[in-house]
Amino acid sequence: MVIDYPLIWALLIALAVLIYVLLDGFDLGVGILFPFAEGESSRDQMMNSVAPIWDGNETWLVLGGGGLLATFPLAYAVILPALYAPLVVMLLALVLRGVAFEFRWKTRRFLPVWNVAFAGGSVLAALCQGIVLGAWVQGIAYANRAYAGGSWDWLTPFSVLCGVALVCGYALLGSTWLILKTQGALQVRAYVWARRAAAGLLVMIVLVSVWMLLLDPRFVTRWLSGVAAVYVFVVPLLVVAVGLVLFRALANFDDVIPFFAAQSLFLLSYIGLGIGVFPDMVPMRITIWQAAAPTVSLKFLLIGAAFLLPIILGYTAYSYWVFRGKVKPGEGYHD
Amino acid sequence: MMPDTRRLANLAHGVSGATHTPSPGASHIITFSESQYVMDLFDPVFLARLQFAFTISFHIVLPAFSIGLASYLAVLEGLWLITKRDIYLSVFQYWLKIFAIVFAMGVVSGIVLSYEFGLNWSVFSDKTGPVIGPLMGYEVMSAFFLEAGFLGVMLFGLKKVGPKVHFMATLMVALGTLASAFWIIAVNSWMQTPAGYAINPAGQFVPVDWWAVIFNPSFPYRLVHMVLAAYLTTALAVGAVGAWHLLKDRENLAARVMFSMAMGMAAFVGPLQILAGDMHGLNTLKHQPAKIAAMEGHFETQKGAPLILFGLPNMAKRTVEYAVQIPHLGSEVLTHQWNGEIKGLEAFPRGDWPDVPIVFWSFRVMVAIGFAIFALGFWSFVARRKKRLFTDVRLHWAALAMGPAGFIAVLAGWVTTEVGRQPYTVYGLLRTADSASPLGLAAVGASLLGFVVVYLGVFASGFFYIGRQMKKTPWRNPDPASPQNDSGVHAETEKVEGVL
Ligand code: HDD
Ligand code: HEM
Ligand code: HEM
Repeated sequence: MVIDYPLIWALLIALAVLIYVLLDGFDLGVGILFPFAEGESSRDQMMNSVAPIWDGNETWLVLGGGGLLATFPLAYAVILPALYAPLVVMLLALVLRGVAFEFRWKTRRFLPVWNVAFAGGSVLAALCQGIVLGAWVQGIAYANRAYAGGSWDWLTPFSVLCGVALVCGYALLGSTWLILKTQGALQVRAYVWARRAAAGLLVMIVLVSVWMLLLDPRFVTRWLSGVAAVYVFVVPLLVVAVGLVLFRALANFDDVIPFFAAQSLFLLSYIGLGIGVFPDMVPMRITIWQAAAPTVSLKFLLIGAAFLLPIILGYTAYSYWVFRGKVKPGEGYHD
Repeated sequence: MMPDTRRLANLAHGVSGATHTPSPGASHIITFSESQYVMDLFDPVFLARLQFAFTISFHIVLPAFSIGLASYLAVLEGLWLITKRDIYLSVFQYWLKIFAIVFAMGVVSGIVLSYEFGLNWSVFSDKTGPVIGPLMGYEVMSAFFLEAGFLGVMLFGLKKVGPKVHFMATLMVALGTLASAFWIIAVNSWMQTPAGYAINPAGQFVPVDWWAVIFNPSFPYRLVHMVLAAYLTTALAVGAVGAWHLLKDRENLAARVMFSMAMGMAAFVGPLQILAGDMHGLNTLKHQPAKIAAMEGHFETQKGAPLILFGLPNMAKRTVEYAVQIPHLGSEVLTHQWNGEIKGLEAFPRGDWPDVPIVFWSFRVMVAIGFAIFALGFWSFVARRKKRLFTDVRLHWAALAMGPAGFIAVLAGWVTTEVGRQPYTVYGLLRTADSASPLGLAAVGASLLGFVVVYLGVFASGFFYIGRQMKKTPWRNPDPASPQNDSGVHAETEKVEGVL
């Protein structure tokens, strides 16, 4: 049997991005909700609920980017310049919110500044990630192994819609995370946030899906071909079902189910998107196999990934385990 | 030697037997245009270089500090576990807070870099991705995840997991920082002295021998020199904080622990670093002679070349003006022969010269600091022998003044290395001018501005918070009423002096 290394790597990169979205999604979401919290002690708790793990969550983004360079250098070299502005803004936003985790505890006078940096950075990063996704899906001009479009090609109503959708989605992940991790007044507020974000996200999922159908007839062909078609017909039902579960759990003030329901909504949408885009690295322009690095590179890194990824997942799970349970006010090492 | 032989010699770094078809980039005809060296603010490639230099300069000082601090913290926690003495835990916790700030800044500035390759250097990424990409992939999987996975436990988990498991977490973080250095230095060294590759029809570098790629000719020297640099930088910073608190209260036990450990490190590693630097230089002479010529300020090829201490290199006149020099010593250092021949820049095509004044000066800054560290280490060694380590006020002032020196030396060293590699990104094979993304001036200029504004704001605040943390007094000495020995030293203090 011939092993299709490019395909394996495409799936692994997709997995890394998925894990990134599911994990960093909720800690960016906590940042997005920051301005709506009442009082510094609520904000302290919100930040403490993600402080021990945000760095690990964000490392999946580094794996996504670094992995793309290693395994699909052509795609990396075409996509990044094409999405230059939203990516640079995303990086700057991540700088601002990342340092806020430490700086916010070091000052009283400038505390509001780091609150703004944390919230603003989170919103901007989420918005830009959505825009990046939308701009990638809608297509990238390409010629001679390089990006061939202009500086503003990424900016379209569709990409902006995707940006807003992701902000909603991360807010949902963040609020359900807070439901899971907090108690009392803060948790009560989180239920309210979650209801609003869930409604918003469901509307967005419909809008983005329909818009994608209109974007390029080939998305329709892919969605309707072979086994994919089964999934595509089942998925709206599943989304509705998960949506119902989510709202029911929120109404019942359940602690745990909302978080996993929210994650499931993301998963369902992500797989749908994947079917529409497969087998392209740059949609409709460059396939997985055209963009792939030579087999020697793919093989060499795959050996490491096969050993290291399970270990990484293991100790990541361990650190979530260490910090399990509700965060209590006043916890954390800061003084 | 003919100008072109070096190019050939460079190509020969590929593993023998490797198929080698010249790429469009590599066969690029060397046409020299003066504009290559003009600091042209309207050239997108120049702005992209400026952006890389700016962002990585901020990044490197942070990992240099966190590599050293992580190891230092592991040692402190280990000492605490073995001796059960609270003083080590206090010092550990004192530096842990600083480490947390440094680390957060290092992470966010590092993420920027990993995307900057594709954003600004897309042609470089497409061509070298198959070789350097997997190395960086290994860095993420073996280093970044390890650090990030255990950082939370290290910062917040002592009470939750207990001392032994916590110590494990600290060790993992320290190991992660070293693994990170291993892989990223492999990448950088490959760009300096490429080996183990072939070039495919699409113009990409394709690895043929991973061992040769990773352990490329300059890698071992660069890695050793960099890790020692990180340890020295940290030692000087810790030493300065210790010295500052000794100047305020020479009885302060934590300040003594810090100062003693830091000066011990400086005394031990200072000489090693000079040795490592010398060997690194000899390696560079072999593989990048044009860089050495620029570092030394040698324009003509000479037998018995002098060692130029100072002067003003002038590239247009091809000479070092106002040179202060020691005859024959240059040859002696580089070839270990009084009349050894050293190639000057004129042996290389003008289009292959790096910017001489920058390389010449940054190198001197680094070496000067290297010798200053050596002197400080030696002085502290003598003071220790004379039992004056904690009382010699002038030594404390000197250590305080040297606090930032490691950071400056690290930056100067990297500027020497990287500017000396110009005008190539992959030495001898891929030119910087041919590496950049197809971007407009406005895009690169605006993003550069964004980085400058955000970085200056964020990192200035960070350094301010670090400084404020460093001013806090570590440890309170026991009550004066507690038992004292004859010379008025408290029992606890005396015990520590025994250990030191
Ligand atoms: C505390 C930091 C520090 C100190 C005291 C020194 N260096 Fe250094 N040096 C570095 C930190 C550094 C560095 C930042 O780590 C560099 C940049 C790239 C590298 O591998 O190491 C470097 C590079 C570097 C290079 C490589 C240039 C190249 O070919 O790429 C040479 C030849 C030296 N050093 C030589 C010395 C000598 C002779 C020193 C002492 C007298 C010395 N360094 C002290
Ligand atoms: C961490 C310490 C480092 C510092 C302080 C540093 C510094 C610099 C500087 C000053 C330049 C500009 C040189 C010029 O244009 O004249 C530069 C360029 C560059 N460096 Fe480094 N560098 C470091 C490490 C690295 C590493 C580890 C890599 C590769 C993985 C790397 C890759 C590059 C690239 C791609 C460029 C841009 C192209 C160029 O101008 O050569 N650098 N760096
Ligand atoms: C000599 C050069 C370099 C060394 C020694 C080094 C080392 C480190 C270390 C130890 C960290 C951990 C965070 C910290 O301690 O601050 C780190 C973070 C990081 N570095 Fe560098 N680095 C270097 C250059 C680069 C370059 C050129 C890149 C770009 C590819 C890069 C990418 C990153 C990234 C993405 C992170 C964040 C990791 C995380 O999320 O945990 N580094 N680096």
